[in-house]
Amino acid sequence: MILLPHLELALLIPLLGGALVLLFRNRPRLREASSLSAGILLFLYITQLLGQYHGPSPVHTLLNISANLSIAFQLEPLGLVFALLASGLWVFTTMYSIGYMNGNSEKNLTRFYLFFSVSIAATMGIAFAANLFTLFIFYEALTLSTYPLVTHKQTSEARSGGRVYLGLLLGTSIMFFLTALVITWIRSGTLDFMPGGVLEGNTQGLAAVLLFTLFMLGIGKAALLPFYRWLPAAMIAPTPVSALLHAVAVVKAGVFSVLKISVYTFGIDYLATQEASVWILWLAVATMVIASIIALSMDNLKARLAYSTISQLSYIVIGAALAWPAAALGGALHIVTHAFGKITLFFCAGAIYTVTKYTRVSQLNGLGHKMQFTFAAFLLAAFSVIGLPPFIGSWSKWLLIEGSVDTQHYIVLFAFALSTLLNCAYLLPIGLRAFFKPPDPAQTITGPGIQEAPLACLIPLCATAAATLLLFFYIQPLYDFLYPVFNS
Amino acid sequence: MLAHLPALQVVIPLISAPACVLVTRANWAWLLATAVSIISFVIALLLVHEVSVHGVLSYHLGGWRPPLGIEYRIDHLSAYLLTIVAATASITMIAARESIKQEIPPEKASLFFSAYLLCLTGLLGIIASGDAFNIFVFLEISSLSSYVLIAMGRDRRALTAAYQYLIMGTIGATFILIGVGLLYMLTGTLNLQDLQQKIPAIVDSRTLHAAFAFLTAGISLKIALFPLHLWLPNAYAHAPSMITVFLSATATKVSVYVLLRFFFGLFPQEISLQQFHLDKILLPLSIIAILTASFVAIFQENIKRMLAYSSVAQIGYMTLAIGLGSADGAIAGMVYLFNHAIIKGGLFLAMACVLLRIGSVQLEDFAGLGKRMPWTMAAVVLLGLGLIGIPFTAGFVSKWYVLSAAIEQGHWLAAIVVVGGSLLTVLYIWKIIEHAYFKTPVSATRQSQVILEAPRQMLLPLWLLVAGSFYFGLETSFSLGFASTAIQTLFH
Repeated sequence: MILLPHLELALLIPLLGGALVLLFRNRPRLREASSLSAGILLFLYITQLLGQYHGPSPVHTLLNISANLSIAFQLEPLGLVFALLASGLWVFTTMYSIGYMNGNSEKNLTRFYLFFSVSIAATMGIAFAANLFTLFIFYEALTLSTYPLVTHKQTSEARSGGRVYLGLLLGTSIMFFLTALVITWIRSGTLDFMPGGVLEGNTQGLAAVLLFTLFMLGIGKAALLPFYRWLPAAMIAPTPVSALLHAVAVVKAGVFSVLKISVYTFGIDYLATQEASVWILWLAVATMVIASIIALSMDNLKARLAYSTISQLSYIVIGAALAWPAAALGGALHIVTHAFGKITLFFCAGAIYTVTKYTRVSQLNGLGHKMQFTFAAFLLAAFSVIGLPPFIGSWSKWLLIEGSVDTQHYIVLFAFALSTLLNCAYLLPIGLRAFFKPPDPAQTITGPGIQEAPLACLIPLCATAAATLLLFFYIQPLYDFLYPVFNS
Repeated sequence: MLAHLPALQVVIPLISAPACVLVTRANWAWLLATAVSIISFVIALLLVHEVSVHGVLSYHLGGWRPPLGIEYRIDHLSAYLLTIVAATASITMIAARESIKQEIPPEKASLFFSAYLLCLTGLLGIIASGDAFNIFVFLEISSLSSYVLIAMGRDRRALTAAYQYLIMGTIGATFILIGVGLLYMLTGTLNLQDLQQKIPAIVDSRTLHAAFAFLTAGISLKIALFPLHLWLPNAYAHAPSMITVFLSATATKVSVYVLLRFFFGLFPQEISLQQFHLDKILLPLSIIAILTASFVAIFQENIKRMLAYSSVAQIGYMTLAIGLGSADGAIAGMVYLFNHAIIKGGLFLAMACVLLRIGSVQLEDFAGLGKRMPWTMAAVVLLGLGLIGIPFTAGFVSKWYVLSAAIEQGHWLAAIVVVGGSLLTVLYIWKIIEHAYFKTPVSATRQSQVILEAPRQMLLPLWLLVAGSFYFGLETSFSLGFASTAIQTLFH
């Protein structure tokens, strides 16, 4: 097919969608239609790329900034899966946004849909980046294009949330990521992603440990321990933003970068022989446990979900830092499996807010009888995030645990177990409370009008919830597709 | 005709300056100044072409051969700088009409434009000249005229600012003159090429040491290198808006050029670095400049002053890159200079728009400007991203090369400062953005809701600079490629 080498289309489709949004700024229906159709078109395009995929494509250079520095794209399994995930969930989210934003009479919708499209374009740029330079460029573009979405309400809370968001993400990326990039460039002479990495033979011992640590701290989007505050701060955004960007696109762009760098800049074998990832391994384990504990103490539903995300992101970082193929593959699968579970949870949180304006867990008593579908979906997704079979979440957790056993990191194994328990403790009570506790008498006064959320919200959340269950049985092709990345 | 280009580059603005005094109508004077600026730009571009094709151009004034006669010498480095200065001049003048009409009384307009043309002459002359004394003369022409221009600012504070600059600038120029005088005493020549050949033989002379010291101090003053920068914030804050645009993108840049020309050309760089330890002076001062000036910028309430402090910090980046002593460092410094001229010129131009419409550049008056001047503020955001050094912008390219030059030399402190400075930049740029987009004006009268966009004649040049910031962030064959050739010829 002629489309194959033109990976720029993956960026162009959302950008054109954004342009149409701008063009139809005074005609809401057309504006929403153009956003939705861009989503569907992008998803079809990525599916079509997947259909024709026969091994990594040659590097396709878009622009040479100077010698050795270029913006270039390449088709490779990890990126393709990430792109497919983001574009597929974008369709659902757009549908959901239409229900949510209208249901909550939010303003400035043109700006909202425009920057949403730009963020997706940046995500595609990250997914298909053929070198670290391109990855970094789109990583920063994603930070900036999501800032107007985070601060959408333009209130003073939104402003201070935006400050934390931008400060931490830009700060870490400029301080650490950029520095690590330049060091890699000077030491290895290239920023290209290569199977097996580019550092073999030019960086050893402590230098390798420091460089890896610098990279991982620099990728603030992976929300490792000292730099995770931006994610709860981003929860000030409208829920569709939290759902797609802060459970899927942005955070997954972070851990996707972690995996890409571990596999293609360092190389799994190199990480293992140089023990470059030891520090990060313990940092990620600490993040996983501490974030779970904080999640337990959060009464605000979205904040609880955000801390849960922080903890789940560390699963993926651990997968990379164990420096073991099965674990890294588990990490890669976790990007997908966690995405379906977490986006559903956020969709539910938004649906609850749209109907009741409730934001706190303690307000949800008895709501399950009024909003059966929403809370049923919530429970399914919660099971998946916890990692119970038969939900997709169980597969990636299985591989991660297998990796920790293979590498004889029994403390990591114990931490996984502990974190799973904590997952149960902070997710399940939300659903149980809604179904089994009697409604709070003080709140039923405002309750008679309570019913399910608008269909535009309900359909996507049921669909993604169903996916957590159905995909459990169809994980094999994904596993086979990603397997060669980690076992060359 | 082509052979006379080096001279025409300087002579055309020089003779237009007195001609401009004779034109009494403000609009006609503006038209003349604009036309001359554009002609200079065209000549600069032709010179770039000539240099790329034929290599160094040497023009003997009056047919007297150097070293006795005065030589104009255009190599890659000069052509590069000439382009920056002339391009800035053209863009400034195209945008200037409305702003000047508001800030300068009509009866003084022709004098104003005449002073501007003299300033342009001086700056172009410094770059074109291949003769140390001539460089001093042009430096004085540009300095004297810029004192005049700054003094024509909106209020009386401009007078003190100009006076401050006058005193500091004169000390600087005097030091340079003493340095050049000592060199002449030692070698009997003023021609840069000639000096370059004679200096290695007398490297142990005390007098040469003294000359080097005087030149360093003098040039640092003109660059506004920390701690000799105190004249700059006031001068930039109180000068007429358009003059700030012009000077911020040219005056200090040309002084950086003089630094490079003197210490990496006239003095062979091995001597500057190994005998005279120039890097030991430049690096620490630059590092302090980046940190303190950025820090001070955060607390400024007057945005022109904030950007002026930011300029001091940005100059620190350039001298830091040059102070690294490697060819890569100097290239990085030149790219930084080029890109910063675009970005800072653009930001000051946006301030000129705000000043024209709102009559103030105090931070609190930016409240709600995102809605009232959407195009201007959008430009501020985009240029601000360039100043921070976000990918896709020219600022990113320059930061990238400074950072890699620092790491390549193993200078970790410098590397940390380079990235740390970017973070401080985020802080002060975001102060403007948050005020413009998140705050509503205190007095929510009907008047403060009206859309007040700047005239198209200013917006177009502004957005041209925005486009330039993105263009040179992606396509570096001129900004980086030409600078590399320039530095390699300088370093042999």
